Amino acid sequence: MDERQTAGAPAASDAAIVVRELQCRRGDRVLFAPTSFVVAPGSIVWVRGANGQGKTTLLRTLAGLSVPAAGEIVRNGARPPLYLAHANALKDDLTVAESLRFLVQLAGSSVEAAAIDAALERLGVASRRNAFVRTLSQGQRRRVALARLAAQREPLPWLLDEPFDALDTSGVAVVADVIAEHARRGGSVVLTSHLPVPIDAPVPTVVQLHEPAMA
Amino acid sequence: MSTTFAVLVARDLRLAARRRIDAALPIAFFTVAVSLFPLGVGPEPQTLRQIAPGVVWVAALLAAMLSVTQLYATDLADGSLEQMLLVPDARLAIAAAKAASHWLVTGLPLVVVAPVFGLMFDMSGEAIAALVASLVLGTPVLSLLGGLGAALTLGLRSGAVLLILIIVPLCIPALIFGAGAVAAVDAGQSARGHYSLLGAVVIFTAVLAPIATAAALRIATE
Amino acid sequence: MSTTTSRLRLYRFASPATFYPLAGKLVPWFAAVAAILAAWGLWLGMLRAPTDATQGDAYRIIFIHVPAAWMSMLLYVVMAFWAAVGWAFNARLASVVARAIAPTGAMFTFLALWTGALWGKPTWGTWWVWDARLTSELILLFLYAGYLALVSAIDDPRRADRAGALLAIVGSVNVPIIYFSVVWWNTLHQGASVSPAAAPKMAAIMLQAMLLMTLAFWAYAFAVIFVRARAIALERDNDANWAGAAVGRAHPQSEATT
Repeated sequence: MDERQTAGAPAASDAAIVVRELQCRRGDRVLFAPTSFVVAPGSIVWVRGANGQGKTTLLRTLAGLSVPAAGEIVRNGARPPLYLAHANALKDDLTVAESLRFLVQLAGSSVEAAAIDAALERLGVASRRNAFVRTLSQGQRRRVALARLAAQREPLPWLLDEPFDALDTSGVAVVADVIAEHARRGGSVVLTSHLPVPIDAPVPTVVQLHEPAMA
Repeated sequence: MSTTFAVLVARDLRLAARRRIDAALPIAFFTVAVSLFPLGVGPEPQTLRQIAPGVVWVAALLAAMLSVTQLYATDLADGSLEQMLLVPDARLAIAAAKAASHWLVTGLPLVVVAPVFGLMFDMSGEAIAALVASLVLGTPVLSLLGGLGAALTLGLRSGAVLLILIIVPLCIPALIFGAGAVAAVDAGQSARGHYSLLGAVVIFTAVLAPIATAAALRIATE
Repeated sequence: MSTTTSRLRLYRFASPATFYPLAGKLVPWFAAVAAILAAWGLWLGMLRAPTDATQGDAYRIIFIHVPAAWMSMLLYVVMAFWAAVGWAFNARLASVVARAIAPTGAMFTFLALWTGALWGKPTWGTWWVWDARLTSELILLFLYAGYLALVSAIDDPRRADRAGALLAIVGSVNVPIIYFSVVWWNTLHQGASVSPAAAPKMAAIMLQAMLLMTLAFWAYAFAVIFVRARAIALERDNDANWAGAAVGRAHPQSEATT
């Protein structure tokens, strides 16, 4: 039940995020058994669990949006992680470029038009850059939301909730590439995915969430 | 933090500009509400002149409260609010930015439209000037308190009516001093006392409401 | 580097498991005290206190009106206090007590308003007068109503407690301001003639009766609030061992979670 994925892992002081005996709750229900893992720079952590096990809540807690029910999270580094939720955080009434620019600005990164365009290009939605978000399909909107990843160069921790959802095979390949590049640059990634994660370098470390013991 | 504020206000203004009809709805409500009173009370000019400050102020209050529920609702629904909350120490900036954009989109137009109703209620020039001045001071209070209400009721089904019940009692001092200032000017007396008190309310609210709103956001989203 | 730990249960001021039986034992005593003091106070006020020169016997409603008004204001502040303690220290029992106070406080406010109207009618000819104190009492009723509406609109008890605490604190801070503004408003619009809130000159026996009624209301409030708080605590800790034992139910699986 104890998932210490630390075989060969670096010391905790180098890690981007250290999670100790963490438990999260939704309402009055504790969602999973105490879980510990280390998110090292350059690594990809794949959080797995049954539906409703609390994968999304775990990511939210890592992002600092929720308070843990038990245990602790230690975050190294001053900047907050980049959190990609299920929801795209795109406004219907803004254009694709404006939406992306807003999200990048909010995260405190500098915004250059060229970088925005390059990111949209990478995700295959550059042609819609001046279209209103409400005119895009679900898959295209997801690509725009994912373009944030391509626009982000610094080795921050990434927290990605089902990044491969709603994408076709080419989209999945692009996102996998972007994630792998980020890891190679020294960034770290924590993601959830019910589909297999198509990345071999680095190999994702699996963290399995388990039912809490009868308390 | 000031850049977060600026980025948020700019975005909200841009969104309001893209939905001009929606942004104008509070003004439409204000217009309809104010116009109902002569129909209900009778067209006698003396009566109308007397009730005008109160009527305009109450209608402005209700228009502000009805439009404030939307402040956080769409951002909550599409996940934008979450992204905003990720920014370190952002809650205060978010609270201030939302109140500021609400005032710019709803409060300021109310102030601009108010003189028209002053004329329709046969108010004197000085009284209309006092009405505008009191609304300039008072509408920010409404936006700030409305933002607090919106944060407290974030995501709840009961929405606007619950917000009005919670927040309107807190707006009563602003209403009393604001409408009172106009009534004083209309009666030929000095409104300085009213303005000072209203000013004090504005400062008090401007300092404390964003803090309370930030706490409400934390409570509602944790 | 930043560390996030759980804030829950860092402090425990009182455990619901100890509160429940203790409060249960106290309720009958408070009820008895309330009944005795009320009987005594009403006997003094209704029968023994002298008839007022100007207002006749109608003024006697004051022995209910004034204590009720005092209780309504006091209970709001007490409610805000306990709600704040519950929020700041994550003390669940404090939040439960705050929630239990609100309906009683609202009831006293309503009672004060009603008796204010009953006083006004025979004395001054109108059912309602917009004087500073009655108007403030009406606004206090709105504040209570707002609190009750907010906490019942939120399903998650934790969020409901905290949102209610914030609203109650904001309300408490605003009450002096609101009262001041209403007094200001009232003195400006001197339309209203003498206000029913102008109490007759107090003979000692009248003060005694009012004091007794206030204490009676106090005891009543304790009794009712304890009953309500027990019910809320039971409901919330539904699965806990102490709850099962309290209602006489065998609960083999769950261990104490308090």
